[in-house]
Amino acid sequence: MDFLNAIVAFANFVFVPGLAYGAQLAIGALGVTMIYGILRFSNFAHGDTMAFGTAITILFTTAFVGMGITFGPLPTALLALPFGIGATILLLLGTDWGVYKFYREQKASPVILVIVSMGVMFVMNGVVRFIIGVRDIRFADGERFIITAREFKEMTGLNEGLAIKTTQAITVVVALIAMALLFWFLNKTRTGKSMRAFSDNEDLALLSGINPDWVVKVTWMIVAALATTAGVLYGLDKSFKAFTYFQLLLPIFAAAIVGGLGNPLGAIAGGFVIAFSEVTITYAWKKVLTYLMPESLEPDGLVQLLSTDYKFAVSFAILIIVLLFRPTGLFKGQSV
Amino acid sequence: MSTQVRDTALFGLVAILLIGTGMIQGWNSALLILNMGLISAIMALGVNLQWGFAGLFNIGVMGFVALGGLAAVLVSTEPVPEAWQAGGLRIIAGLVLGALTVVAAVQAQKRLEGRTKTIATLVILVGGFFLYRAVFDPGKVAVEAVNPAVSGNLGGLNLPILLSWPVGGLLAAGAAWVIGKTALGLRSDYLAIATLGIAEIIIAVLKNEDWLARGVKNVIGLDRPVPYEIDLQQDPGFVERAASLGLDPVTASTLYTKVGYAILFTIVLLIILWLAQKALNSPWGRMMRAIRDNETAAEAMGKDVKGRHLQIFILGSAVCGVAGAMMTTLDGQLTPGTYQPLRFTFLVWVMVIVGGSGNNFGAVLGGMLIWWLWVQVEPLGLGLMNILSSGLEDGSALKERMIESAAHMRLLTMGVVLLLVLRFSPRGLIPER
Repeated sequence: MDFLNAIVAFANFVFVPGLAYGAQLAIGALGVTMIYGILRFSNFAHGDTMAFGTAITILFTTAFVGMGITFGPLPTALLALPFGIGATILLLLGTDWGVYKFYREQKASPVILVIVSMGVMFVMNGVVRFIIGVRDIRFADGERFIITAREFKEMTGLNEGLAIKTTQAITVVVALIAMALLFWFLNKTRTGKSMRAFSDNEDLALLSGINPDWVVKVTWMIVAALATTAGVLYGLDKSFKAFTYFQLLLPIFAAAIVGGLGNPLGAIAGGFVIAFSEVTITYAWKKVLTYLMPESLEPDGLVQLLSTDYKFAVSFAILIIVLLFRPTGLFKGQSV
Repeated sequence: MSTQVRDTALFGLVAILLIGTGMIQGWNSALLILNMGLISAIMALGVNLQWGFAGLFNIGVMGFVALGGLAAVLVSTEPVPEAWQAGGLRIIAGLVLGALTVVAAVQAQKRLEGRTKTIATLVILVGGFFLYRAVFDPGKVAVEAVNPAVSGNLGGLNLPILLSWPVGGLLAAGAAWVIGKTALGLRSDYLAIATLGIAEIIIAVLKNEDWLARGVKNVIGLDRPVPYEIDLQQDPGFVERAASLGLDPVTASTLYTKVGYAILFTIVLLIILWLAQKALNSPWGRMMRAIRDNETAAEAMGKDVKGRHLQIFILGSAVCGVAGAMMTTLDGQLTPGTYQPLRFTFLVWVMVIVGGSGNNFGAVLGGMLIWWLWVQVEPLGLGLMNILSSGLEDGSALKERMIESAAHMRLLTMGVVLLLVLRFSPRGLIPER
């Protein structure tokens, strides 16, 4: 019985939150990796792109709720998501046309594009604050829990409860759908294949008649969809605040790099590696251990390896360790 | 127009902006902007050393600035004897153990082979971590329990705060050495993200390790290198002199201290600028630029690229550390919660790019100019919104929204300025020569 309790406590505090956070990071990292693989620079504006998409989605959510349109037990934000994605596509295509295109045609070095993306980051950050302000916004509605801790206890008769938030389940499901769509697109469609060819070898791809403008446009559209989805899922799970999205840059980059920049599979793996490391290292293991160990050996302290405020430190430490031993990430990444 | 005239005119523009601020918004505001502008110029010089001279992409400026701030606390505050008694030695011992663990792990990596290497490294790291925690944690708890309302930390050395400026540089240099040793081998993008992460770690440590500098409880009331306003106001001689200039004692005293800071900051800026110019025009500076422009060729000529990179990474970071210590001195307090990458890393980058990377005078100009803009965008934006919305009736939602949005003009303006400069004048206002 104690062993079961330990497993439930582990699932409740480590596995489920880690899975949801990992899925959010993975979708964010997929966007970063797509830009790196095809446009060949690290996009510092990615966190703020996510914030923009989420902000628009929130506006539509509020409007829908005002009009009385809801999604039953599911959050209304899911209905608003396509509109958020649409607006973000327009924003990114506009940014590419107004900003990045010039440098691409000049064949500027990647590091210049990174600095340019810093400028874009500033502008997008300002735009988001214009649109929605700096408040902390909760926009999840519908049912809060699929199963609450109390229901679980009654159902199983265990001491430990397992609570699964609706947003956590939605995150995982939506993430799976998004990933499946992306891989289907990259592996089966003509455009997807040409994007992969472009990413592998630009010159060869151009020689075989691939239209680079089209590839770039599609990339930005996919990135917009991924960024908005990641942002909305994160916002539903926690809350929306312009500044936290900016701070997500570090774990997202860490995930993309750990997996190997430019490699979509790697981004997903990296997202879960980072998320589970963060959660396991900053979780107080006392509860789980108390169930597992004989009474005489029970731990006194919280058995927490690092305090929760060191979350970012953990993602970074993993990043450095991976880079030291595998300079292109766990899966084979690209290098400029 | 010759380049010299142009450069002088640009610095003249900054002077006009500051004087204009003084005449319209008061001299106190102008001096406030000037002081932070001087500090920003020093930070920009530090980044320019790394990026402009050597092409190193460091976006961890915030971390080094914060370390400088830490130095101000560690140097100037009084030690807390009870805390030292409660657990000071334990903490030191813990830290030494931690450092030894890392050294041992590195040695194991170097000396052993194959599977033994992996296992030995893991055993050393994991064992060392728990040993470190076992020694360190009780000390930390004991120290933080000592009078947490006012101290709860070990305190500093009770030395003059001016000494903390070079110490801040040393602290930042030390951190840069450790970081450089591990991260400088990475390619440009990866190095950037590595430094971004390190800055976040430094801030996390400052926020959480209360025994060090009180964490988010902040350290306030740091010493000052200039007299206090209140003392000046009570000094009959000062009041008399103020009156003879036609100033009331309160205004005169605030101006006096700010001018005092400005003089100190200018001296430091001039010293660093002079050194940077010397370095730029020396064989060493030419070698740096050669490495920046073509690493492979420089390496083929027998230059130690990694060693040079480490050198300039340390130097640039040290300059940022000095600026950080100066800023904390000016504020009179260390508040780790206020260190944010947008303000202390990316804004400094805007300064360097706008001013002109690779040119020390450009960095100084960029620092002063962008800082002025950063401060003034909000009132200017508010004024603009007031004019634009003056046709709308009071209390209308649109009008309120427009006025409220002026507060968010800053980031937008900085981004637009950066993008415009990158596009139309990519070498900056005062380009590299």
